[in-house]
Amino acid sequence: MEDPIRVGLAGGWKHIDASALPHSQTIDTDVLIVGTGAGGGVTADLLSASGLRVVLIEEGPLRSSSDFKMLESEAYPELYQESAARKTADKAINILQGRCVGGSTTVNWTSSFRTPPEVFDFWQQRFGLQELSAESMSSWFAVMEHKLWVRPWDTPPNANNKVLAAGAEKLGIAVGDIKRNVKGCWNLGYCGMGCPTNAKQSMLLTTIPAALNRGATLYTRLRAERLRFDGSQVSALDCSALQPDGIHLSGRRLRFRARHFVVAAGAIGSPALLMRSSCPDPYRLLGKRTFLHPVVISSAIMAHRVDAYAGAPQSIFSDHFLRQAPIDGPLGFKLETPPLHPVLYSTTLQGYGEAHARLMREFTKANVVLALLRDGFHPESRGGRVRLGAGRLPVLDYPLGEVIWEAARRALLAMAEIQFAAGARWVIPVHETTPGYTSWAAARKGIAELPLEPFLCRVVSAHVMGGCGMADAPHRGVVDHRGRHFWLDNLSVLDGSVFPTSLGVNPQLSIYGLVARNASLLAAELSGKPRPAIP
Amino acid sequence: MKFGRRQFLRTGLAGSLLLSFSGWLNAAGPRRFSDAERAMLGAVVNAMLDGVLPAQGQQRRPLVARTVDGIASAVGGLSAASQQEIGELFGLLVIAPARLMLAGVSKPWSEASVAEVGEFLQSWRSSRLSLLQSAYGALHDLTYGAWYGRPETWEAISYPGPPRGYF
Repeated sequence: MEDPIRVGLAGGWKHIDASALPHSQTIDTDVLIVGTGAGGGVTADLLSASGLRVVLIEEGPLRSSSDFKMLESEAYPELYQESAARKTADKAINILQGRCVGGSTTVNWTSSFRTPPEVFDFWQQRFGLQELSAESMSSWFAVMEHKLWVRPWDTPPNANNKVLAAGAEKLGIAVGDIKRNVKGCWNLGYCGMGCPTNAKQSMLLTTIPAALNRGATLYTRLRAERLRFDGSQVSALDCSALQPDGIHLSGRRLRFRARHFVVAAGAIGSPALLMRSSCPDPYRLLGKRTFLHPVVISSAIMAHRVDAYAGAPQSIFSDHFLRQAPIDGPLGFKLETPPLHPVLYSTTLQGYGEAHARLMREFTKANVVLALLRDGFHPESRGGRVRLGAGRLPVLDYPLGEVIWEAARRALLAMAEIQFAAGARWVIPVHETTPGYTSWAAARKGIAELPLEPFLCRVVSAHVMGGCGMADAPHRGVVDHRGRHFWLDNLSVLDGSVFPTSLGVNPQLSIYGLVARNASLLAAELSGKPRPAIP
Repeated sequence: MKFGRRQFLRTGLAGSLLLSFSGWLNAAGPRRFSDAERAMLGAVVNAMLDGVLPAQGQQRRPLVARTVDGIASAVGGLSAASQQEIGELFGLLVIAPARLMLAGVSKPWSEASVAEVGEFLQSWRSSRLSLLQSAYGALHDLTYGAWYGRPETWEAISYPGPPRGYF
């Protein structure tokens, strides 16, 4: 298996592992991009294509297919924020987020959805984002779908996804097929540990190599600390190199000077960088309205083997429960499935001792369904808040209020009913006070009475959005529809932190499309070349 | 730090103040687990993995020790802030009065039975103090992550491991 990243490095790509730098230094460039995920990757590609000198900086390491051994014990510490154990400040929500070159796109499960039209409508009405609609964005999504091989997945769903499809069908609940950004996928099921066959068309394999081929420079193990200002201009970014452990500082400092600065550090990292820099924020919006698609989980033991570790992790979804009420009514939820691997499954399951051991002995017969709650539309669903904690690193407060729990209960009920309809012998909502149920009647009664509180009901997230929300005016947002900061002339935020609500879909394609648009506009402005033909 | 540990415990054992993870024990930052911490974690692992570990003590002990090693390396992969919080939790649990009053375990960890440690885990799991609930969650996730991260544990759950030989 050829590793295109190692080939590129051998061919002279400019990659600098900052943990090995012997001296502090100052570097000049045209554009400095903080972050190499969905936002930073697309930006680097488009800006370098217009002839600009680009520097990318990434806090995590550069890892590629030769390193991806499909082992949780290696992948989580190497490729994820906090070894895949990042948490909200109160520890009640576990957050899966990438921390490596390619960001979360290197470790996501490849699910690709366009931003739904009703989300654009809501943004137009509440945030004045008239320029953004399903129609105006359609070409940008199409461009990125083509580039990243986003296609219908023709292989039959794995048994885990089939449970969702079969149960939903029995109940008359509509399901759909998930498009995936893969090329020649082997259907192994280890997307979450880095694709070992280079099939997943992540930023690691597409936009970042394209930028490096054009002479861009990539710094890894480098933490963006603070932007420096000169009037309404950002003049420099100060960075600290990390040690090879990726945690402690090495003591070397790098300063980057550039014409333009792009922040694409994700919905926790981007607002935190602007806060550390004391960016103007007169309306106190920075870091607020951070959304998670809070996820509640239902596990089921089937009569047959499911082997949910094998095969494309997500291929079936249902939006049935997103359509039961107006978008700003009681929270709707999207149903999907996760891949099950021993560490992820055992740490997520409730209980200990024999009760836990008994569930684990049924590992190969386990099906799991996830409900992603669509937060940020209901007037009381205002999301979380990023603030600076120890070492001026970000922490996220996300209060789990009544609107969340009301939806969580409906979601646990819906998932249990689907699982029983699909033939489950035993359905176990991931909740500390229930050992599960052996019939739908018992589940319906039991779940109706479950105490839904932080820690008792397991809540997780893999989709962090918001915190630098876009809007038509500075009293409603941090940036405009192009991602331009309202107060600083040469600063753009180009990542999922600009979404003013959550999306109700897995976010990668929404970020690719919006950033393709905004980075193209930026490239035209900075290079003096014509603006792109599509709107 | 003007307070000695005993004095602090006597005056401040209102629970949440002590557990505010205020950094009073571990201001120096991350370090290797002490013998006392390993004994405490061994007792936790031994109870958490009851039903998974072999019944016989002699076969059980090395597996417990290996899991504690796994926990140590997992903690090393957390952020500096998380390492400090974990260090404070562990540092607290090894102090006899805290063990007695917060965990309700009357014997030293190395002598506590599976049932006694199980009661402690259950009391934190269902506690009304969110700090204790989150501490239970940390012990839970660290233990199972360290155990099921090792390929030797997969046969018991019929997991074949990742595909091999294609590459």
